Amino acid sequence: MNQDAVKDLLVRMADDVLILAHRHSEWTGLGPVLEEDIAFSSVAQDKLGHAQALYAILHEHFGMPDPDVMAFGRAEADMRSCHFVELPNGEYDFSLVRHLLFDAAEYVRWSALRESSFEPLAKLAHKIQGELKYHLYHAQTWIVQLGSQGSEESKARMQSALNTAWPYALGLFESRPGDADLVATGFFPGEDALRAEWEVLVQGILAKATLTMPHDHAAVLGGRDGYHSEFLAPLLVEMTEVYRIDPSAQW
Amino acid sequence: MTRDEVLSALHAVRDPEIPTISVVDMGIITDVEVDNDALVRVTMTPTFVGCPAIDVMRADVEAAVRALGVEHVEVAVTFDVPWTTNRLTDRGRAALLEHGLAPPEQFDTLTLELEVLNNVACPYCGSRRTTLKSPFGPTLCRSLHYCNECRQAFEGFKPV
Repeated sequence: MNQDAVKDLLVRMADDVLILAHRHSEWTGLGPVLEEDIAFSSVAQDKLGHAQALYAILHEHFGMPDPDVMAFGRAEADMRSCHFVELPNGEYDFSLVRHLLFDAAEYVRWSALRESSFEPLAKLAHKIQGELKYHLYHAQTWIVQLGSQGSEESKARMQSALNTAWPYALGLFESRPGDADLVATGFFPGEDALRAEWEVLVQGILAKATLTMPHDHAAVLGGRDGYHSEFLAPLLVEMTEVYRIDPSAQW
Repeated sequence: MTRDEVLSALHAVRDPEIPTISVVDMGIITDVEVDNDALVRVTMTPTFVGCPAIDVMRADVEAAVRALGVEHVEVAVTFDVPWTTNRLTDRGRAALLEHGLAPPEQFDTLTLELEVLNNVACPYCGSRRTTLKSPFGPTLCRSLHYCNECRQAFEGFKPV
């Protein structure tokens, strides 16, 4: 097994959900209605669990530091999250669109990982895929409602948020040098294959929402090499505050 | 010490979020190994990957087995046998209902479509004229519903 390639893949997957979990949790107490406040907080909690499970695999099987150190003890340049998850929540339209595009990608990725040749990951995938159904269902319900059953304004706002989010969303599927080895050994299907499947899934949902899928955009890249958006540094300062004061704190 | 004695002791360990149900009836105990009287190994799995109650339940399980006089108790949390709502026992389903939660029905989890959430049977009056309000509720394993028959809001235990 190409250990460096495995670490690269699992760290970038875990970092994406960790950072997006933090963004989602920023809606706690501020959601437009109580149910949405709870929904984003619950998705955040699920995602934090997924990140922790991935860091645990990295720790137990690949000798990486323990999950708390991975989540709270790394410098910005050592993080591998993509810019898409780092962007601020903005208004609710953008948060919903990001929720949809991200969870469609997660659903495709984790569905495929159920067949991974690496057993601990395949087992985790069976579990996580069932949870992601709920994330995708929630996002899809709102996108379809605001796109095809709302007002002209709601539809225009969803389309505008979608156009803004799109190039960033494509950054989820940045291929890495070690990926070819992982594809060859059946560890995962590769980013290009996942992206193709994601586009089909997203296209179907957007059609129901009468929204138009953006085309011909270049992906926003950089996070996988440690070059982040301007928004990650302040997020890390906030997210790691307790840990930096007392790394042994329990809460 | 037998496996049944251990399981019987574990019936006293409750889910801290739903105190009417035991960890055994919840289906989160996936294996119990008894190696004479000196060693008991319990394997358990969380309902949801990020379930915040799992550490409490793990500690409670260990304490309950230790209270039987077992010297070495090992409790492992793994995803080897993934939890699904099909692992709830009949007694577990009754306990959920007693707590006011609509119990999940049996589903093929691979092909489960969440549209089933739109007509969950109301735990108060049994009607299926219900509406899903949100697939997320006060804990990760619950959803929010409304009964159009008896006009009450209720929570359901999510099928996964």
